[in-house]
Amino acid sequence: MTRPRVLYCHCAYAQVIPKDVKESVLRSLCDSGLPFDAVADLCEMSARRDPSLKTLAGDGTLKIAACYPRAVKWLFNAAGAPLEIQHCEVVNMRIETAADASLKLVADTLSPNLPPDKSGPSGS
Amino acid sequence: MSLKDEQTLRVVLYEGGGSQSFENDRRYQAMSALLDRGYSVTRTTVGGRVAEDGEQPMLVLGCFGEEAAGDLQARAEPRVRLKNASRLDVVAMVAEADSFRGETGAAAQGAWKPWFPVIDYDRCTNCMQCLSFCLFGVYGVDAGQRIQVQNNDQCKTNCPACSRVCPEAAIMFPKYKAGPINGDVVSESDLNREKMKIDISALLGGDVYQMLRERSDKAKSRFSKERDSEKALKERQKCLVKLAQAGDIPAEVLMSLPSPEEIAKRALEAKAKAEAALKAQGNTP
Ligand code: SF4
Ligand code: SF4
Repeated sequence: MTRPRVLYCHCAYAQVIPKDVKESVLRSLCDSGLPFDAVADLCEMSARRDPSLKTLAGDGTLKIAACYPRAVKWLFNAAGAPLEIQHCEVVNMRIETAADASLKLVADTLSPNLPPDKSGPSGS
Repeated sequence: MSLKDEQTLRVVLYEGGGSQSFENDRRYQAMSALLDRGYSVTRTTVGGRVAEDGEQPMLVLGCFGEEAAGDLQARAEPRVRLKNASRLDVVAMVAEADSFRGETGAAAQGAWKPWFPVIDYDRCTNCMQCLSFCLFGVYGVDAGQRIQVQNNDQCKTNCPACSRVCPEAAIMFPKYKAGPINGDVVSESDLNREKMKIDISALLGGDVYQMLRERSDKAKSRFSKERDSEKALKERQKCLVKLAQAGDIPAEVLMSLPSPEEIAKRALEAKAKAEAALKAQGNTP
């Protein structure tokens, strides 16, 4: 099985994620030997409808270190880059400890946790 | 300011074939500094998966020696810049990124705190209450008459007021302090509380902004009579803090509300837009 791709959100423009948590998670990723993508602020990219969100959403399994899964799902959706519900796990740095978040990110296994789609419309 | 469709510069810390790895600490310092500056950063290794290359401008920093960097650059597209980073410290790496961003016209991130509503379409019933409530033109409808956040940067920073009028708790502000507005799971009690808020605004005549404006004006005229200006300022701040706590609306937003006439005009426009969208929905088979 291919290892899930990792995307880290630095939440640069607000103190939403505790500073020590995001620094520690970023350091673990840097030290892990794994390749990964990192963005300054997913919220800002979503507001811009940044076309690179489509490549970041990509296809295949993906782990995202950010905040609440429901928020992340609809931020990508608002930018016309919907995530694949079955293949995406969001690690919530607002509530996880740095150690737990880091462990989840580097693990080979994926636990999809985006809220399932209820309605038809998606993307804009 | 228009936020739409701007690309972010992607900086790649290249550690694949033909390049030496960055030391752990240097990699972390570079990542941190570049992210703080608003860039997207990718660390590549031999054989690992990262997001595919798209169309965005890309600066590739790697320890591959001057000659190899030159060879690779000669074969690269103009949107890609390769730079030997063997001798670059973190400050110089950021300077390289700044300079390439300037050349490519990629987005400068961080000029605005990204505060705006995000709609959970699993919950939204397209009732248009948010559209008719917002005085700042943040909401609109798409071609299919579906509610949409259209002007993200017109939203008032730290003001989550529209999330309070949504009867379905479908409006999130991911950078808000508490759930469910921050995206946390919506509970039954949250839903009842949101419905309560609507009733309160209806009791106030539906025009919460007008009410707040009047209260703010009253406070202003009362304090203008005060001799001790510092005391007056404190009193006013206390009053605004109270209002802000009660309605969850930041004092800066209250202070910057337009005149009552302008509010009335904008409220009518927003209401008309919402009514038109609802009517068009009714006509949609
Ligand atoms: S997606 Fe979440 S973690 Fe990322 S910038 Fe937005 S609020 Fe912060
Ligand atoms: S108020 Fe809520 S349910 Fe109604 S259209 Fe807006 S987001 Fe959807």
